[in-house]
Amino acid sequence: MSEDKSKDGPANASQSGTLSRRKVLKAGVALAGAAVGSGAITGFPMVWAQNIKNVTLRQFGTGVSNINEIAKQAKEDLGINLEMTALDTDSTAQRVVTQPKSFDIADIEYFTLKKVWGAGNLQPMSIAKLSEYDQIVGIFKDGKLTPDSNIAQGTAPHTVSFVESPGDTTFAGGMTDWYTMVPTIYNADTLGIRPDLIGRPIDSWTELLNPEFRGKASILNISSIGIMDAAMVCEAMGEIQYGDKGNMTREEIDKTMEIFTEAKKAGQFRAFWKTFDESVNLMSSGEVVIQSMWSPAISKVRSMGIPCIYQPLKEGYRSWGGGLALSANLSGLELDAAYEYINWYLSGWVGGLLMRQGYYSAAPSTSKAHMSEDEWGYWFEGKPAQADIINPFGQKVESAGAVRDGGSFYDRMGRVACWNSVMDENRYMVRKWNEFIAA
Amino acid sequence: MPYLQILPLTLTLLVFLVAPVGLIGVVSFWDYTEFNLIPDFVWTNYRELFESRVTYSIYLSTLKFTALTWVFTTLIGFTVAYFLAFHVRTLRWQITLFLICTIPFWTSNIIRMIAWIPVLGRHGLINEALLGSGLVDTPQEWLLYSDFAVVLAFVHLYTLFMVVPIFNSMMRIDRAVIEAAYDAGAGPWRTIRHVVLPLCKPGIAIGSIFIVTLVMSDYVTVQMMSGGQSASVAVAMNNKRALLQYPAAAADAVVLLGVVLLMVVGLMRIVNVRKEL
Repeated sequence: MSEDKSKDGPANASQSGTLSRRKVLKAGVALAGAAVGSGAITGFPMVWAQNIKNVTLRQFGTGVSNINEIAKQAKEDLGINLEMTALDTDSTAQRVVTQPKSFDIADIEYFTLKKVWGAGNLQPMSIAKLSEYDQIVGIFKDGKLTPDSNIAQGTAPHTVSFVESPGDTTFAGGMTDWYTMVPTIYNADTLGIRPDLIGRPIDSWTELLNPEFRGKASILNISSIGIMDAAMVCEAMGEIQYGDKGNMTREEIDKTMEIFTEAKKAGQFRAFWKTFDESVNLMSSGEVVIQSMWSPAISKVRSMGIPCIYQPLKEGYRSWGGGLALSANLSGLELDAAYEYINWYLSGWVGGLLMRQGYYSAAPSTSKAHMSEDEWGYWFEGKPAQADIINPFGQKVESAGAVRDGGSFYDRMGRVACWNSVMDENRYMVRKWNEFIAA
Repeated sequence: MPYLQILPLTLTLLVFLVAPVGLIGVVSFWDYTEFNLIPDFVWTNYRELFESRVTYSIYLSTLKFTALTWVFTTLIGFTVAYFLAFHVRTLRWQITLFLICTIPFWTSNIIRMIAWIPVLGRHGLINEALLGSGLVDTPQEWLLYSDFAVVLAFVHLYTLFMVVPIFNSMMRIDRAVIEAAYDAGAGPWRTIRHVVLPLCKPGIAIGSIFIVTLVMSDYVTVQMMSGGQSASVAVAMNNKRALLQYPAAAADAVVLLGVVLLMVVGLMRIVNVRKEL
């Protein structure tokens, strides 16, 4: 219901109005300067890091990484105040485009970035100022996890990660000195199943439309992600050969939606879900036995003592990634604070927090120090857990002996078939998707 | 002087009603891209709306929800109001019972909707009871995430909007009129049919306006209780809004506004609400 809160007047969209924001910022810098100055008078030692103390940064993003623990730790380690707003995926795009003055840091997904970068409300980061850049995995640089891995279809993060120079509204062809977004979180998604209610092995995306699960299947109703799951299914069924699932033609979109509309009319789906909690409820209540799902939702269902598997499928994973991007309005002290915050974000503590929920950190090597050997073994290396696995919120998600579904980081991220994406025919796709939902 | 007196209300209405609606009308003719609104005068948004089969099917399903909800809320609303107005004798008890009717409104709409899910679900209360008593062999799946669930939630949420105006109308009925009907030999049913019901028409009309406008513009209930499977006009509109397609959503809004206005005008034609107030 967070959607209700963002009542943006349509008129906002056409205004850029950075002037007032700058004035406010300048005033803020002046104030901060005055504060530091008065500090000096009373004899406090002044170091640069003191500068960013009590700077407030406003960040919004999806619920997955907008958690209070991060804000609390940032306050402790850096002294900055983080104001977090959690939105759904669609609303994040909306916020970047229509309310550029309402945030300093955007925590968005790569396909959202592709969609909104052209609006000019974000600014690229200088790689020279990113202290942990060398630790970031190859997926977010040249697109390759290991030197010999293939690049999956869709909006692969590295294709939208660089611009030639600040102010550019189109992406660069290769790696440059300007990073559009610092990756923070990503994962390989697949179907979640209830093994106790299905009672047989599942190994293909085709099972989502298997009539055996009529009235017990679900797919997520976020068009840009749902269409990818649908494409994985149609391709696995052998019904459609896509040129690029991440950039479909009108015919491919029509055919995909036709197959799914038919299934919907035949009563295949129990429900469509939009939020994390909805997917958990559908699965835990047994309303649904097979559906699109996100990794922590699986953990949540399991922590209720209900069997649930994040089923690796032979066709591969659908992957997604998100990161932190800077508002074009940031400058001066706030900009410095934002860089400092992003460097801190990649330095390990947050990575550990995210990895212990089943996501991956963009700089996994830094997170290792913030996880126990057993946690690292279970979540990253795909080794059997030595003891109970506890998530960062103190809940037990796995017992000793368990192995992560899909195995190690390289097994999972190495088998990505497709990235969440935004297509050239996006407007047409959205219309067709809405027609499918309404059919 | 009279102009000065109506000035505050006129200004309020201009700023908060006429201007926003006008703006929506203007935007509905704009063009748009992924991340931009382009001020323009194009008919694309309306053309895409009227060309799509889906538009007609969602209007049909929205009208179906409205009609079903109206029938049930009117029946229940009339019954409850009748009981309160004619069977409860003291004013104190009337007020007490009336307040009890409003208790569910102390919680949010969403909570009242979600509360149905564990009741109606596949492994919910009703299904467990039916299975346990051996009445059925398999869980009844139509209970939840279905049109049934949507209408049930609407009736639950909105019946009070029918009770209040009908109750209000009934309280204005001169008791002597009822006595006269009985004296003239009419039984209870005849009295209701020929005396109470006609005198309650304004109340029913006002309640109907509430129900029609609430149901026609709802998206949360439909989305939640149908599990995202049924669509309503407002669900479609909200999808477009969420995807930054403001002009298309604005065109939807203009058409919906037109349809609802027509329905309300129709109601006003049948019953002269103003005369009866």
